[in-house]
Amino acid sequence: MFYNEVGQFKTSYRADQALFPIRQDLIALGVFLIFLYAVVPFTFNNFWLNTVVIPTLIFGVATIGLNILTGYAGQLSFGTGAFMGVGAYTAFKLTTYFPEINIVILILTSGVTSAAIGLFFGIPSLRIKGLYLAVATLAAQFFLEWVFIQMHWLNNYSESGAIVAPTRTLFGVAITGPSATASARYLVVLSIVVLLTWIAANLVRGRFGRSWRAVRDMDIAAELIGISLFGAKLRAFAVSSFYCGVSGAMLVFFLYGAAEPNVFDINRSFSILFMVIIGGLGSIYGSFLGAAFIWNLPIIIRLIPLALGLRVEPVYTEFLTSMIEGALIISVLIVEPRGFARLWQIAREKLRLWPFPY
Amino acid sequence: MLDILHKIFVGPFIEMSHAPDLLVQVLWEGFVSGTLYALIALGFVLIYKASSVFNFAQGIMVVFSALTLVGLIEMGLPAWLALLMTVGVMYVLAVSVERTILLPLVNQSQSTMIMATIGLSSFLIGFGGFIFGGEPKSMPVALLGIPTGSMQFSVFNGHINIQNLDLAAAVMALVMVTTLGIFFSKTRIGRALRAVADDHQAALSVGITLKQIWVIVWFTAGIVGLTTGIFWGARSDVSFSLQIIALKALPVLILGGFTSIPGVFIGGLIIGIGEQLFEYYWGVQMGGGTQGWVAYMIALLFLWVMPQGLFGEKIIERI
Amino acid sequence: MILELDSIDVVYDHVIQVLKGVSLQVPRRGIVALLGGNGAGKSTTLKAISTLLQFERGEVTKGSILFDGVRVEHSTPDELVRRGCVHVMEGRRCFEHLTVEENLLTGAFTRKEGSSVIADDLELVYGYFPDLKLSRHSLAGYVSGGIQQMCAIGRGLMARPRLMLLDEPSISLAPRVVEEVFEIVQKLNHEQGVSILIAEQNINIALKYASYGYVLENGRVVLDGEANELRNNEDIREFYLGIAGEHRKSFHNVKSYRRRKRWLA
Repeated sequence: MFYNEVGQFKTSYRADQALFPIRQDLIALGVFLIFLYAVVPFTFNNFWLNTVVIPTLIFGVATIGLNILTGYAGQLSFGTGAFMGVGAYTAFKLTTYFPEINIVILILTSGVTSAAIGLFFGIPSLRIKGLYLAVATLAAQFFLEWVFIQMHWLNNYSESGAIVAPTRTLFGVAITGPSATASARYLVVLSIVVLLTWIAANLVRGRFGRSWRAVRDMDIAAELIGISLFGAKLRAFAVSSFYCGVSGAMLVFFLYGAAEPNVFDINRSFSILFMVIIGGLGSIYGSFLGAAFIWNLPIIIRLIPLALGLRVEPVYTEFLTSMIEGALIISVLIVEPRGFARLWQIAREKLRLWPFPY
Repeated sequence: MLDILHKIFVGPFIEMSHAPDLLVQVLWEGFVSGTLYALIALGFVLIYKASSVFNFAQGIMVVFSALTLVGLIEMGLPAWLALLMTVGVMYVLAVSVERTILLPLVNQSQSTMIMATIGLSSFLIGFGGFIFGGEPKSMPVALLGIPTGSMQFSVFNGHINIQNLDLAAAVMALVMVTTLGIFFSKTRIGRALRAVADDHQAALSVGITLKQIWVIVWFTAGIVGLTTGIFWGARSDVSFSLQIIALKALPVLILGGFTSIPGVFIGGLIIGIGEQLFEYYWGVQMGGGTQGWVAYMIALLFLWVMPQGLFGEKIIERI
Repeated sequence: MILELDSIDVVYDHVIQVLKGVSLQVPRRGIVALLGGNGAGKSTTLKAISTLLQFERGEVTKGSILFDGVRVEHSTPDELVRRGCVHVMEGRRCFEHLTVEENLLTGAFTRKEGSSVIADDLELVYGYFPDLKLSRHSLAGYVSGGIQQMCAIGRGLMARPRLMLLDEPSISLAPRVVEEVFEIVQKLNHEQGVSILIAEQNINIALKYASYGYVLENGRVVLDGEANELRNNEDIREFYLGIAGEHRKSFHNVKSYRRRKRWLA
């Protein structure tokens, strides 16, 4: 009824390929952005911002990163955690060497290092694909993890082996370090996320995105129509690692404040992969849905006994969480193997055809 | 600079030649962990062959079966009954996996299936921990009739120490690999398994019951997992950390080829021996703990030269 | 009748309706052709019969399928093979890493008779397809397309079916090989009494061997009749066989366009 596109005519291919071909989508997005910028920072308390909203946004970026590589270019990767770590450690080193440069710029720059490392570990994709390539990314994951632990230069020879985010300001307001308020951090994260998402959405529908999808769907055919396989794959690795790196840097600077190497371990890689698949392979907004689901699931599971007034031993909560999480993930996959994005798409198609069933 | 080069390219080899007995000992250690990697990888291969599912839960199946066994023995059951019941549990697990995961997700993409098995491993971690507790347990070796103690051999003016347990593990691994290899190539079920691996829809169309095949395969993988778990648990402890180590089955499979059973054995040995040698002669100078990644790097180097692995089936690609 | 479809609807993924009230019948020992262009719903119809549909998130929402007098739309593929209905899928689908002979043996998976009977059947299949015997030890992935198609049909035959569903046996084969395959199919029908439902785009050849035909368009049966009747049908000749009568067709003549449109509606 409200989702009716009658009367919206496209008179050029350009208009038909626009990011939001249906006007209602554009309006809905606008309203949502206004909500995120004008309502959330003033109404959500610190708990909500710190445990739900900020992490969802930050992991959303990592998920977009992996989605570009896995969902769009079809290259399975288990190294996301390590690439996030590269971003975090680079940002940390950069802040110690260039304390006067704005932290937001440093964080975005740290993605470049991550992209370079990602590029390096993407080179094997020249010769191998599928699960074989996944092993190459596992090599990256475990090797980089080891480097984070062994190279004390990376954490400035700190006693604990952890990196700690120093206090930095933007427009005179502290945005990192212990004195930064949750809403300040939130607004900075949101802005970076919106910018990166906008870039990603345009990348994947443009020339790059088309070449990635061609490589994913049938690499031989893609090569035959003149797409350089190696180039397309490497671009995917670089862009993907850039997003992961920025996400990792944001994680340390805007959320945790300090981090040890185990923040970026293999389980992190798995959880980001979960987000991608539950959200929907090859979908940008699905990335955020997946991140929101996977990140908040354990929080909700932990809250349920609290809300019911039950006392569960902490050891058991951990195991119960893991159990329920596993079961829920499998159920979601069974309901819709192509993730939330596909569910949303089906719902939208139904709305567009409403009141007709098919 | 020259010093570093010396440390990498000369030093370790001088060390090896000065103490050949030590070298043999390191090789043996590598050999044993290699056979255990091969056993884990064997579980992966079975499931991969029959359902094209890369089962990330294989590692946790190893831990889970061992935990069940130890847990049942701790409850006071005699060892043989506990063993039998564990086998029963693995069968129930196989059937439940078939019902709740494989059947509803048939025909889905590989990444979906991988995700489902990671979900399964998350479930099993929680389930196992909830029932048997999360702290590491030790395997009651004597009760299970596994030989203990060690043998000493003198070689090259020194002597090496061989644990009877390790020897038993190696023999067991060899036996399993051979039996399964024969089963796959010669029997009707084995042929059906390979058919399913090639094209499960076509297999359905000729009347092969996927469900039956899946249960057989997951059950067999569970038994292989139990065997691995017993020996691994006897060497160290039964704990969830084994789950990460189990990922080393991946580089093993890369070397051995995803579908070749004897290849798995060779792949396991290359990885096991390679990482022991590297850690002992090079890793220690780099700060140690290199076992975490050397296996993957070895696999990567091999892939570069031989993208199909050593024993992999030729990928038949028609254009 | 060995197979009766009574106005079945098939919906994929709960939203995409592919078949709309398809009815057809295959007589015992008969050869029936299911004709139509790409995406007309031929493969879906066959998959609905062999129940392979359920593995592609499709389901029969209305109507009934009777195989040998028993409703089978909620059955399983192995059950159907046991009852004697084998589906030879589109695009051959041989097990590439198995040898040709192993491929044939997998076809006998559901048989309980013991190896000597199966060995006899193997010889029988080799009798029909001498080419298969020559390449029995090569990997099925490496043999030519024609041999693969024969291997797929032979594999189906190993289950001793009473009804065979053949999905586009002519696909990507040379015309001469197509003839060869169809000749053998006809021989099987005559000598072994196997009823055959054949889905084909190659209407010319399908109608040459079949006795009855159904034409599918957009998931509906738009026309059916005896094979020679269909072959002489003006619409069939024009739309599928490309024979336009004595005169060259002019597109100024909108009559045929209207007729075509009426079909598709």
